[in-house]
Amino acid sequence: MFRTTRVPLALAVLAALLATACGKEGSPPTKGPAASSLPDYQVAQDFRLPGSPTWTRAKKRGHAVVGVKEDQPYLGEKDPATGTYAGFDIEIAKMMSASLGLPPESVEFRTIASANRETALQNGQIDFYVGTYTINANRRKLVGFAGPYYLAGQSLLVRKDEKDIHGPQDLAGRRVCSAAGSTPYQRIRADYPKAVLVSYDTYSVCVDNLLTYQVDAVTTDDAILIGYAAKAPDELKVVGSPFSEEPYGIGVPHGDNALRLALDDALEARQKKNDWKKAYEATLGLSGVPAPRPPAIDRYPAS
Amino acid sequence: MSQATALYDIPGPRTRQRHRAYGVLAVAVILGLLGWLVALLSTTGQFGHTKWLPFAYQGIQELLLRGLGNTLKAFALAAVLSLALGGALAAGRLSDHRAVRLPATVVVEFFRAMPVLVMIFFIFVALKVQPLPALVAGLTLYNGSVLAEVFRSGVNAVERGQKEAAFALGMRKTQVMSYVLVPQAVRAMLPAIISQLVVALKDTSLGYLITYEEFLHAGKLIASNLDYDLPFIPVVMVISPIYIGMCVLLSWFAGWVSRREQRSPKTEAVDVAAAGPGTLLPGGGPPTARRP
Amino acid sequence: MNVLTDNFSTYAQGFLGTLQLTVYASVLALVLGFVMASFRVAPVAALRAVGAAWVTVLRNTPLTLLFFAVLLGLPRFGLVLPFQVFAVLALGCYTSAFICEALRAGINTVPKGQGEAARSLGMTFGQTLGLVVLPQAFRSVIPPVGSTLIALAKNSAIAGAFSVTELLGTYKTLGELGYDVVWTFVWIAVGYLVVTLAISALFNLLERTWGVAR
Repeated sequence: MFRTTRVPLALAVLAALLATACGKEGSPPTKGPAASSLPDYQVAQDFRLPGSPTWTRAKKRGHAVVGVKEDQPYLGEKDPATGTYAGFDIEIAKMMSASLGLPPESVEFRTIASANRETALQNGQIDFYVGTYTINANRRKLVGFAGPYYLAGQSLLVRKDEKDIHGPQDLAGRRVCSAAGSTPYQRIRADYPKAVLVSYDTYSVCVDNLLTYQVDAVTTDDAILIGYAAKAPDELKVVGSPFSEEPYGIGVPHGDNALRLALDDALEARQKKNDWKKAYEATLGLSGVPAPRPPAIDRYPAS
Repeated sequence: MSQATALYDIPGPRTRQRHRAYGVLAVAVILGLLGWLVALLSTTGQFGHTKWLPFAYQGIQELLLRGLGNTLKAFALAAVLSLALGGALAAGRLSDHRAVRLPATVVVEFFRAMPVLVMIFFIFVALKVQPLPALVAGLTLYNGSVLAEVFRSGVNAVERGQKEAAFALGMRKTQVMSYVLVPQAVRAMLPAIISQLVVALKDTSLGYLITYEEFLHAGKLIASNLDYDLPFIPVVMVISPIYIGMCVLLSWFAGWVSRREQRSPKTEAVDVAAAGPGTLLPGGGPPTARRP
Repeated sequence: MNVLTDNFSTYAQGFLGTLQLTVYASVLALVLGFVMASFRVAPVAALRAVGAAWVTVLRNTPLTLLFFAVLLGLPRFGLVLPFQVFAVLALGCYTSAFICEALRAGINTVPKGQGEAARSLGMTFGQTLGLVVLPQAFRSVIPPVGSTLIALAKNSAIAGAFSVTELLGTYKTLGELGYDVVWTFVWIAVGYLVVTLAISALFNLLERTWGVAR
């Protein structure tokens, strides 16, 4: 069935592939505004936390290893060409690293999918996790949460010229897009059954459909939506007040209360020093949405 | 037609003419469909500049090549380990001791009946293993079990006289196996073994679903980027020829080995398995040797 | 243990999803496979080439890549269908290549003399096909088609990872609810075994009724 002529052909394809493995330097052009400069975070000198095994390990290594997301613009996004990460969550991770006495520029970021965040923390793949990680009681049984560092809530992303959608109550008969099976998807289906739901497995496809008039709104946590709005600030806007509460926390290994409380202190100090606001303005703030008041830190007792 | 079937007679001049007409018609329809597809691709802007530009950058190419490297790494590990596991399980199933034979049979039958993805997810989610070892372990358990059946049916396919003659010479069972039966069986089953490795190569793409950073994962990272205009179709156009090319090459190799071994005098006492679809399919029954 | 009893409706939904996927995709695969097999044995070279290309490409495409192309690629053409339909399409097309090869092998097992004898009795092409060749071919393709469809049922698990309601996908829902993962997977495994054993029993029955010992 396979003739011998296929072999040279396949080899030629392979050779062609190898030959193309030389191209332009840098990364392809991006959309959306870029911050002129990212804030610098002062590294805490002589910081010590001997009570935390995670910190001790990171100190010995010389840098922190942080789990993040790779596909959320202005929040936690990896540049496919250079492999560098950028966004608000990334800035939070860097400032936390600085507060722990570890250089923020050498933080090692690792993409961890939502499904195995707990596992990665439990078996020590990462020191802590910053990536739209909502604090809830179920997860608190598995991991510790410092923060919250941001209070997100489910909201709606629409086109700038949209005049009729101001909140979830206006969705009747309109096409709404969300990630298949996600909590925001289920909430719309249960609470606003008149909305026409469309689902994809990534939000970037939803946003693309919004821009090409195939759907009328995209719904998920407002932080994620603000990030997408910043990609096309002239075409997209986030409307209405959030209709759920998703406090984003920094995940730490369960039981490492020393690290958790140290991160709580660090967050509070960074908020006072205005570093939090600077980080927001250099990332999510580019969408034009002003910085909110940072949420109060929840120092829950060790269980 | 070279291989005549029972369906048609040898065509006469008029029939040949009719067939030619059908052929022209079919070619026209196919070209029409292809043209329509290309038109559809270009009207939906799939050949747009922004969608293809990323591929010109070195960073993107390196990302893709790294992904391809990871795919091949997972394949190499899974192939070596499943061959080893398959050998061990086949030895267990061919044992004279019930205590060895029974567990080996249970293991082989269980892992052949389970969807390989369920195994991979179980190892990844429930046993909390890292993506690469989880993928390799899942592929090894499944392909090892299938290969065990391939080895076993190969050994059983060697003509009985060979075994009887060897025993008559006073060889012990280990000797009969290692000097007489296994060498012939492996030769005969080589095409089926390679075909099963094609399955393993194809299934490395399941690693994408457990966030192993293989070829498809690299493609997805590029495809779902809003900055590049979501180049899903360009990504598929770039990565699928490479995937398909690798598998075709390996399948072709299996076919070549099969034809070679069928002619070889060293396989006279055993039927050479065809590199057929039955063996290529995950979860199919044990490959059966085809009567020449 | 009470993972099953507490979440029976979730499991039942997933099981039904797997069952639907399997049935619809099987029908599509059988129909497409039959069409492609008839192309592959046709006396017209162009049709044979189409059949050969279809089989070669699909048999050597990783199913995950096919799902990726169909579920995420086709919507780029403005073709927006429910995920389940896309999944049936991907699974059906993929399996059709294997069905095609099984059917072709079956037709080729019918000795040439059978057709020659039929024609010398004055039978038309339709009669030769319907009364002599296909009945004999049908008997020998029962086992390979059966194992192909079992593989299809197992492959449907991939759809679950692409957000189609399906048995494997239920682990996510139950994991969020905080149930024991090991038991969750045990019941998922049992579900798949039920489907595959049912197909296997069906084909054993067919084999006993119409099959031939060769």
